[in-house]
Amino acid sequence: MQQTLSVLVENQAGILNRVTGLFSRRAFNIESLAVGVTDDPSISRITIRVDSGNNVLEQVEKQLNKLVEVIKVRAQEETRYIGRELMLIKVNASTKTRGEIAAIAEIVGAKVDDLTPTSMTLELSDTTERLDAFQAMMRPFSILEVARTGLIALQTGGGKL
Amino acid sequence: MNGAELLVEALKREHVTHIFGYAGATICAIAEALKAAPELAYTLVRTEQNAGHMASGYARMSGEVGVCIVTSGPGATNLITGIATAYMDSIPMVAITGQVPSYLLGRDIFQEVDITGAVAPFSKHSYLVKNARDLPRVVKEAFYLASTGRPGPVLIDVPSDVQKQEVESPQWPEAVSIRGYRPSVQGNGMQIRRAWETIARSRRPVLCAGGGIFLAGAEAALEEFATRNSIPVVTTMMGLSLLPTDHPLNIGMVGSHGSPAANRALAQADLLIFAGARVADRAICEPDQFRSRIPIIHMDVDPAEIGKNVQATIPIVGDVRHILRQLLEQGVCQPEEGWLSGLQALRRADLDHAPRERGGGVTPGRFLRLLGERLPADTAVCADVGQNLIWTCRYLPMQEGTRFLTSGGLGTMGYSLPAAVGVKAAQPERNTVVICGDGSFQMSFPELATIRAEQMNIKIIVFQNQVLGLVRQYQTQQPYTGPYGVDLDGSPDFQTIAAAYGMDSYCLGSDEKAEAVLDAFLSNAGSSLLIVRVHPECSTND
Repeated sequence: MQQTLSVLVENQAGILNRVTGLFSRRAFNIESLAVGVTDDPSISRITIRVDSGNNVLEQVEKQLNKLVEVIKVRAQEETRYIGRELMLIKVNASTKTRGEIAAIAEIVGAKVDDLTPTSMTLELSDTTERLDAFQAMMRPFSILEVARTGLIALQTGGGKL
Repeated sequence: MNGAELLVEALKREHVTHIFGYAGATICAIAEALKAAPELAYTLVRTEQNAGHMASGYARMSGEVGVCIVTSGPGATNLITGIATAYMDSIPMVAITGQVPSYLLGRDIFQEVDITGAVAPFSKHSYLVKNARDLPRVVKEAFYLASTGRPGPVLIDVPSDVQKQEVESPQWPEAVSIRGYRPSVQGNGMQIRRAWETIARSRRPVLCAGGGIFLAGAEAALEEFATRNSIPVVTTMMGLSLLPTDHPLNIGMVGSHGSPAANRALAQADLLIFAGARVADRAICEPDQFRSRIPIIHMDVDPAEIGKNVQATIPIVGDVRHILRQLLEQGVCQPEEGWLSGLQALRRADLDHAPRERGGGVTPGRFLRLLGERLPADTAVCADVGQNLIWTCRYLPMQEGTRFLTSGGLGTMGYSLPAAVGVKAAQPERNTVVICGDGSFQMSFPELATIRAEQMNIKIIVFQNQVLGLVRQYQTQQPYTGPYGVDLDGSPDFQTIAAAYGMDSYCLGSDEKAEAVLDAFLSNAGSSLLIVRVHPECSTND
């Protein structure tokens, strides 16, 4: 089962290494990981998707909390957060297929970032599932490259981590 | 002041009195600063790993943070086993490593290694200091982290140019402030009340005490709590010597190498209280079978230990000394009539167990009982890893005041001898005995030079069976078909080795002479070595 963890950490060299090292040596599998600085430049926020049962998740949370540079850890409840991921996708696009690709892009709200006589690069920010669906729609046109950021998440409502 | 001088001044401010180290090119500036600080005693070890074990023995006896300093590259990698050993046993330690100049980091130059990266999985925290100005804060934080919450080793990596960097008007922080680190001390009041209700309701409670009791300084609280409520106590290997062997509440050591009475106590209990114990595989093989049957109270300072190996019914996070004191305030209860006395009868049978005599060689169990009778009450016993350890745990009687040390978590062969040096450095007056095998002795006997240089009085007992006995034992059980690669061919004559280090030695080859040889060995005025010849077939199941 996929679960999402939000982790606030000191914005220091080496911390990402400690976090990911912890996952590998405790045999926890990371599905995706996204890092960025918060509004406080001394703090970074890491969003981690793990595929695990509840027992494993609890152990991950506790082990993360033991890291000295980790300030806060929260497992996001599945229904109570906004999760978004950004994808850049480059597909083959000829004069014949360009219109069809553009039409699909418009339906899902993807933006055309780059256009050449033979290719199109599209940008879409959405839930992981919708990105997966869009990627599947593009597959028949032949995907050249995909880059995805991994999920970032904030809880809904006025509360904060 | 330069960085090295700041570092040494910071150590003094942490009340460090003893350092174990091994010199090297990247710590020459630190050596220079230490030279100007004669109040810091410095012990030169013979290999860096042992600096870690000595700091461990020192920390465990003194209750203070153990300190070791080694050079970069191979010095640092040699120390890794010492750090990992301390980590697994939660020993407060600050390890300082030299590093290549910071402007050359990452170039793979001579004796460069990423030691902070290497120790990440088994250190509590680590620092790579890039500016000497940070040293006062880093050292203060390192000692705070090492000694609070669940103790553990912290590494400070100091590049050689940082050691030489001049700092004008250094800032000495008064307090430590780390926003991501707030260990619990008091147990949660509601959990304490829930735990107490469960304890008061139980009819056959058992308290399983681990090494955390020593770390928290909770020995007296444990005894008071168990005594007042007549709760039988079993210990893990790391908890041995918490109670004297003949204490009426002491039912023995649990686990795969533990005593039948202690394991029976666990099996028959209707409540298990884990205090400062990790519930690791060697102590409790199938923790889940308890969980489904009876309530479990688990008190530990590290929340990650609770629910890791066993799901606790009532978790209590905090300093186990405080938690036991909080529980003591709740009242007094009495378990079922006959519960304790039944276990005591089983315990008596364990203690009276006559070990099998193999014919030819000394019977380890018999020998260890005789040894225990002769040791002064305050003795520190450092046991190594292997059959020697299992025999010691099982047969050596421990008195009030005896302190037993071993590398229970990592199981590091060669731990006992350097650990004993650390014990002596911390408490020179304490009688100290090493018990090891001929395998482990050969891993650490270069430290006989350290013992000699420091003029320490340590009594070293080597069980000699010319084989790596415990591994041999494993190899003779299913699914294996027999010994391989365990014969210690080519071993030197240990008495000649002892003589080479100016140490008296004794050899015991049979049970008959044990009393006389032991008396002579123990009454020797200085350090001495006793070889105890054991039949290679001798097993921990004898």
